[in-house]
Amino acid sequence: MKVSITVNGEQRTDEVEPRLLLAHYLRETCGLRATNVGCDTTSCGACTVVVDGLSVKSCTVLAVATDGSQVTTLEGLAGPDGELHPMQAAFRAEHGLQCGFCTPGMVMAAIGVLADNPDPTDREVREGLEGNLCRCTGYHNIVRAVRTAAQAGPAAGQVPQAQEVEA
Amino acid sequence: MSILGTRVVRTEDPLFLTLGATYTDDLVDHRLTGAVHVTFVRSQVAHGRLLSVDVSAAREAPGVVAAYTAADVDLEPIPAGLPMVPEAMRRQWLATDTVRFVGDIVAVVLTEERYQGEDAAEQVVVDVDVLPAVVGTAQAARDEVLLFPEAGTNVMASFGAPAPSDFFDGCEVVVTQRLVNQRVAPVPLETRATAAAWGEDGRVTIWCTNQGAQQAKTQIAGWLGLDESLVHLVTPDVGGGFGAKIGADPEYAFVAWLARKVGRPTRWTENRSENMLGMLHGRGQDQVVTIGGRRDGTVEAYSLVVDQDAGAYPRVGVILPTLTMLMAPAVYGFPKIHAQARVLATNATSIGAYRGAGRPEATAAVERAIDLFAAEIGMDPAEVRRKNLLEPFDTPHTTPTGAVYDSGDYVVALDRVLEAAGYPELRAEQAARRERGDARQLGIGLAVYVEVTGADTGLGAAESAELEVHPDGTATVLTGTSPHGQGHATTWAMLASDQLGIPVEKITVVHGDTDRIPRGGGTMGSRSLQQGGAAVHQAAVELIDLAKQRAAEVLEVDPADLEVDLASAGLQVRGTPGSGVTFAQLAGSEPLVVQTRFTAGGATFPFGAHVVVVEVDVESGKAEVVRIIAVDDAGTIVNPLLAEGQRHGGIAQGVAQALLEEVLYDSDGNPQTSTLADYPFVSATELPSFELVDMATPTPMNPLGAKGIGEAGTIGATPAVQNAVVDAVAHLGVRHVDMPCTPMRVWRAVQEAQQGGSSS
Ligand code: FES
Ligand code: FES
Repeated sequence: MKVSITVNGEQRTDEVEPRLLLAHYLRETCGLRATNVGCDTTSCGACTVVVDGLSVKSCTVLAVATDGSQVTTLEGLAGPDGELHPMQAAFRAEHGLQCGFCTPGMVMAAIGVLADNPDPTDREVREGLEGNLCRCTGYHNIVRAVRTAAQAGPAAGQVPQAQEVEA
Repeated sequence: MSILGTRVVRTEDPLFLTLGATYTDDLVDHRLTGAVHVTFVRSQVAHGRLLSVDVSAAREAPGVVAAYTAADVDLEPIPAGLPMVPEAMRRQWLATDTVRFVGDIVAVVLTEERYQGEDAAEQVVVDVDVLPAVVGTAQAARDEVLLFPEAGTNVMASFGAPAPSDFFDGCEVVVTQRLVNQRVAPVPLETRATAAAWGEDGRVTIWCTNQGAQQAKTQIAGWLGLDESLVHLVTPDVGGGFGAKIGADPEYAFVAWLARKVGRPTRWTENRSENMLGMLHGRGQDQVVTIGGRRDGTVEAYSLVVDQDAGAYPRVGVILPTLTMLMAPAVYGFPKIHAQARVLATNATSIGAYRGAGRPEATAAVERAIDLFAAEIGMDPAEVRRKNLLEPFDTPHTTPTGAVYDSGDYVVALDRVLEAAGYPELRAEQAARRERGDARQLGIGLAVYVEVTGADTGLGAAESAELEVHPDGTATVLTGTSPHGQGHATTWAMLASDQLGIPVEKITVVHGDTDRIPRGGGTMGSRSLQQGGAAVHQAAVELIDLAKQRAAEVLEVDPADLEVDLASAGLQVRGTPGSGVTFAQLAGSEPLVVQTRFTAGGATFPFGAHVVVVEVDVESGKAEVVRIIAVDDAGTIVNPLLAEGQRHGGIAQGVAQALLEEVLYDSDGNPQTSTLADYPFVSATELPSFELVDMATPTPMNPLGAKGIGEAGTIGATPAVQNAVVDAVAHLGVRHVDMPCTPMRVWRAVQEAQQGGSSS
């Protein structure tokens, strides 16, 4: 089947198998390998990306179901000059990642948390990230990173495309 | 001011956070062009006679390049690699006549595309005559059903002798308790993955997710019967390991063998379900502790008897109880210690190393025993600990089990954590809640621990490092350690920068490539900083010596008159700023490079104390962790930011084992927890933020004064959480709850205690 999907601001058209998962579409077809697959039961969140402004687990969505959508992955966050998105900057400053495997999904989910609630408490961050597992950090620094990012203002809860739409 | 001891943010993060890391499954390499995908077909029966495996239908499935069974394999069985294990317990690459766990490999399918592999695997017809399964150590010990009839027993190994019958004679109080240190899954978020390609030169390049490329290379070469020079092993970025990625798994070698057999590169990345079956599990000990002493709180004798579940085939699990036995005396000066272990084969996934590997099991046992003893004599558990802790020492202390502790001050660790926790106030709050009969009761759990890190793993307590300064002012560090989240790229750069003045951002750290780094011990057992980091430090010191020789010629001065000028990253004539030459300039004419090998004085023994506060709803049994206060003394800290991260991660895993995690099998040996949907993995909501208290007692074993920090959290937090849960319901008569302390278990313990029975 043919799908037209805007991935990180770039529109592309691909021929895909109907059963192809969005996660594999992004990884194999688009060559965007930041998005990771950590489970096969929609449990870990490593594959989280933003589709039309909502953070979703890309291992649970068929590529064909996102036909016509805007998809943002970790690779689409930094500015053209390499400037880190506030969430990326906060994860770095607070040491919110160790092995980095959960990180792409965690960052995308964290942006979603702030989109819903721009100034969450620790508890609200923890609840917002419940579907994203990390084996390395004990979540302590991830929670701090999300709260630090919140201080950067509304941009921390948005992906670049959303900003363009609003501008 | 030295950069060491400062919170330097990681240099590897910008790439990780923008493009993602490059894990094995992410690799794009011309040598892997046209690679076929490997799909293993695994037994769905725990124990059975393998009557036939038919791959003929699978061979016809779309995209299938080849399909093989045991008959196609020309490799010797996998050696146990452990001298104590009976020869009959070796594993075949693909099961021949018997399957021994759900997950045992019976066939393999090679396809053009990944999805096709799953389809084709379903076409493989496996005929098995089911045998009774051996589940758990108690059944295994009865030897009624044997996994390896030729061995005549399910006992893989045994260590130590029974305690003398008069061991506890003279004790006023003796308490004994069975404890379960349950089987858990390491669950690194990156599952196992490998890729292999043979070159025209007869060499094979193997990429895999692993904690130590050199050790994996040696193993794979041995298994495949290749000279080591023919194997090039590369570990790209690795998505967590926790001990389960130490050494090669048979799958890695087999995928390389398959590449030669089909004449094409091969790739394999398991899914999570396969990972939960195929990757080594951890812990899996049934223990009996007996503790005896006086009513004044003095412990006089302590015995620990371990039955280790090793799973179906011998792996590291066989030797784990020896570490448990070594660390049995823990932080205490008990006059009499007894430890003994037996290792048993069961129809389950093999047991390997998991964060702490044998030491958390020792601490969990003794810290539970102390609490049981305290409850029996009616004394505060902090008081009992204080009474029995070893006095501070700064010359090595040899324990009755032969461990040589390098330095320690356990009393101060305990005092500090109690103070930070506000221990008396917590006890007062607990008393008030008990008085009121609140539904939510407070539990306060303690653990004091000592562990061994940087032990000699057979290669010596040594590590190699190479350091080169380039003419453009950058530098490269080559290390035999192998980070998978620990941040070596930053810390190793800090160690070199501290000596040379070259900024951290200009120092590249290379690891995990056996062609570039032939010797190395990998990252395991918290050895990296104390051995690998110390090697980098030593390399920098040696590089300065080399540079001084060269600069002396250039500047026509005595080398002894030269000193390092950190501001310019070079050398200058003593006390004469601006008189010198930079390291980069010295690298201009001929390479400025040193290779060194650092040998540590011995293992180090980090220690600490944890206090955990839980609230337990006595009506539902649910425990919620509200505070965790931890003192973890790992000697000198090079980068506090990263050391804290290691502590956080370890504590989380400790809490998870105490409250949630457990790999379960039914009585037929069927795994009940083979996905992340049914394995209770800890999420952010079950944890509080952690309160870390610092303490640093440097070790004399290396010039940095550093001990290991990676395992501290699992060792300290696990028993502290368990003790806290038991403490919360102790006033209701509960004395013990096995891990994981699930609501059901806690609720049951309360019910039983209230009906007058014993809770254990
Ligand atoms: S890979 Fe999508 S949730 Fe785990
Ligand atoms: S950083 Fe390793 S899983 Fe989160």
